[in-house]
Amino acid sequence: MTTPTRSASLRWLTPNRFGLSVLLIAAFAIIPFAGSDYLLDAVLTPFLALALAALGLNLLTGYAGQVSLGSAAYLAVGAYAAYNFNLRLHGLPFLASLVAAGFVAAAVGIVFGLPSLRLRGFYLAVSTLAAQFFVQWTLTKFGWFSNNNPSGVIDAPPLAVAGLSFSGPVGRYVFSLTVVVVATLLAIRLLRSQVGRNFIALRDHEVAAKVIGVPLLRTKLLAFGVSSFLIGVAGVLWAFAYLRTVEPAGFNLDRSFEILFIIIIGGLASIRGAFLGAAFIVVFPLLLSRFGAALLDNVFDSGVLEMSQRIVIGALIIGLLIAEPRGLIALVDRVADKIRRRLFRPQPGPIRS
Amino acid sequence: MFDYQFFIEVLVGGLLSGVMYSLVAIGFVLIYKTSGVLNFAQGAMLLFAALTFVSLVERGVPFWLGAGVTLVIMVALGVTVERVVLRPLVNQSPMTLFMATLGLSYVIEGAAQLLWGTQVHGLDLGINDIPFEVGGVLISQFDLFAAVIAGALVTAFALFFRYTRTGLAFRAVADDQFAALAVGLRLSRVWAAVWTAAGIVALVAGLLWGARLGVQFSLSLVVLKALPVLVLGGFDSVAGAIVGGLLIGAIEKLAEVYVGPLFGGGIEVWAAYVVALAFLLLRPSGLFGQKLVERV
Amino acid sequence: MSLVATAGGDALIVARARERATEASRVARETSRATDAVRVADAGVPVLTLQGISLSFGGVTALDGIDLAVAKGEIRAIIGPNGAGKSSLLNVVSGLYRPDRGVVQLGSERFRHVPTARLAAVGVARTFQNLALFKGLPVLDNVVMGLVHRRRAGFVRQILSTPQARREEAEARAAAEEAITFLHLDAVKHQLAGGLPYGILKRVELARALVARPQLLLLDEPLAGVTLAEKRELAAHLRNARDAYGTTIVLIEHDIGVVMGLSDRIAVLDYGRKIADGTPDEVRSCQAVIDAYLGVAHEGETELVI
Repeated sequence: MTTPTRSASLRWLTPNRFGLSVLLIAAFAIIPFAGSDYLLDAVLTPFLALALAALGLNLLTGYAGQVSLGSAAYLAVGAYAAYNFNLRLHGLPFLASLVAAGFVAAAVGIVFGLPSLRLRGFYLAVSTLAAQFFVQWTLTKFGWFSNNNPSGVIDAPPLAVAGLSFSGPVGRYVFSLTVVVVATLLAIRLLRSQVGRNFIALRDHEVAAKVIGVPLLRTKLLAFGVSSFLIGVAGVLWAFAYLRTVEPAGFNLDRSFEILFIIIIGGLASIRGAFLGAAFIVVFPLLLSRFGAALLDNVFDSGVLEMSQRIVIGALIIGLLIAEPRGLIALVDRVADKIRRRLFRPQPGPIRS
Repeated sequence: MFDYQFFIEVLVGGLLSGVMYSLVAIGFVLIYKTSGVLNFAQGAMLLFAALTFVSLVERGVPFWLGAGVTLVIMVALGVTVERVVLRPLVNQSPMTLFMATLGLSYVIEGAAQLLWGTQVHGLDLGINDIPFEVGGVLISQFDLFAAVIAGALVTAFALFFRYTRTGLAFRAVADDQFAALAVGLRLSRVWAAVWTAAGIVALVAGLLWGARLGVQFSLSLVVLKALPVLVLGGFDSVAGAIVGGLLIGAIEKLAEVYVGPLFGGGIEVWAAYVVALAFLLLRPSGLFGQKLVERV
Repeated sequence: MSLVATAGGDALIVARARERATEASRVARETSRATDAVRVADAGVPVLTLQGISLSFGGVTALDGIDLAVAKGEIRAIIGPNGAGKSSLLNVVSGLYRPDRGVVQLGSERFRHVPTARLAAVGVARTFQNLALFKGLPVLDNVVMGLVHRRRAGFVRQILSTPQARREEAEARAAAEEAITFLHLDAVKHQLAGGLPYGILKRVELARALVARPQLLLLDEPLAGVTLAEKRELAAHLRNARDAYGTTIVLIEHDIGVVMGLSDRIAVLDYGRKIADGTPDEVRSCQAVIDAYLGVAHEGETELVI
């Protein structure tokens, strides 16, 4: 697979295979046994779901350059679609529900992506809000989607695949991890292919892309479709593996912004950036509440916590856009590069490993 | 039998609330025209203004003094934003600037509530909300009052930008930033004027909306009402913001009353967006937006 | 014994190789003669024909009844002062603008409005005045993009990496590598286009346009903004491209001097009209051209802002 002609910008796709393997082995073989329930349930599982959602948005916004402010809508579509497939089609394996939910989200994404064929920039960004409001309204208004729950709340059934139960914290984590790893690998393959180049071409110079024959219509709708597919699957994880009880209000505009912020903070047009940003968004509030409680004790109630969280995240976004528009991942890479150079500076005598 | 009187009542109600949408939208247009930024933080500024004012008044500050102090704070805030956030990003893409204002809205919302607390404040402007009748049509007194204030403000801005030196400079900058720089206009002064104007808009809109909805966090979501107005009217057109606001206000109310029941109501959250989108697909540059031929 | 045999074998191989080389050069010579013959034979069939192209923007006339015929294998310059309508003309040919009147004929197909999305498929490539590269892609991938219109494998096949997808990818890469070598870009092929100097990017854009071996290459001020040495080099590349691939080239230039030596024929635009069309010598001595460039002062020497 590794060809000598691999391009520089795609090098991140094959970052140090060794490091990636170590990470995967740790994630699959060590964390499930060593991690506490709290770590798995409250940190890692939501991290995985958000990372996948951010990856989906990054394909659309970071790579294909189409800003979307309605990501939470596709999370909701995924969650409610999987719920209904599971509820109404007896005997449908859960994995099939998951994939089907992704396709439903993709279809909705393509419909709401149609304006992108005529609109650009702010006009498009605003039009993506239509998805946000319309989906949330639909799920609240029509009881059918939530099996006639008065407030649209759905309870996810226990996770089970092919007779194997994934219902405990460990199971839900392993399930999420597997889904996210597979989806990420598929996304990487897509980005490496001509389609990935078409996305970037569309983002960098739409007129030139059109002139050389990039099928704009197909490329844009594909970007919307693939992106909302991934976000939809992330929604299934969010609802079935993380929260297990969700309501339409949980998929509000703030959630959409959260996903957008993840990719701005982590790094636009970077897969690793989506993961790094998601980790930040999940871990940061936990750290803030710990530190806040320790430092300010009684002044630091949940309201203050939430507000200071907003301030810090907002300020971080502004700061990053000014100082490092490529996000935290660029900072990490730079630091890693520096360390590597220091470590591997030509030294007297051969180094054996 | 179609009830015309009721129809007109709904229409008038819609138009009156539309004026309030126009007011918020104009805040966007002012900043967009001069610096090319879609300032998403406009809603947060509105919340900040209303919250500051209410908190001052609740602490015994007289009405007009409170308004004055709040205005000074808003202008300071605007100028700071321009210096600290927008100026370092001056050569970035409009989308980057937009994302920065998203971050900014988080900062301002957080700061407003950290300073003044998160509870809901009532705001009484001393206007009774008793409907009165004109030719058999019931009109909300408060809506009319708000519309008059908003209309007066809009007119004042229109006159200011048409007849004063700063207004002329504003239009020059809006037309061509670099040319304006080249002929020696001081951009910083124009920007300061624009942010002052945006601050005034935020304050007035904050008070009017705050009086209607209560001064609380969701006030910043008024921005979402203004976005379809902007899409419809064009981001760079004051006239578009006014007409778009009226249209959206009217359509929203009419849709809610006549179409909403078919879907079980509540469609006003998205009806405006759908209308604006449908319109845009026909006319991509909005009602009054400039049609630009792409230069390659 | 075996040693001797091997030595003999080597000698034989060397001899064969030499033979093959001479053969190759003979074939090459013959082919190039054949291409010349084709060029002569085709000279009558224009690759690009414009008939009465008119275009105006809100009352401002950009193009006024332009006729033009460009023969196969020709290097045709279109020159004129700023605002003469050169870029508009190129945008009409590439379908970015729709002319008010007139017909564009590309090969045998006639268009009232050239479909930009099909431009590459009908064998037309172009470059842009202010560079239109994909900054987030490396040079090699930028050039690979020049073949995007030949891709048939859909995204599912690409993800699954089916034989068809792999073959297309390999072919595109090979062609891109060749174009990159042709334009001496090997040293930078793995670098992101975003960070490279202007002169190099001009060549990258040319490589992207050439990689598909277009019938017709439209160049919007290919020599503007580069150093004199780079101008000479680019001009040589253009001539090589025509000679090697038989590409017909239409290029726009502001500066009359640089195109004199490069072009076979030159058309001159002024205020949206064609005021001259001929060989460099004819154009040089044409009174209307001298007036347009030297004699008569033009007001508002700025590009038409539209």
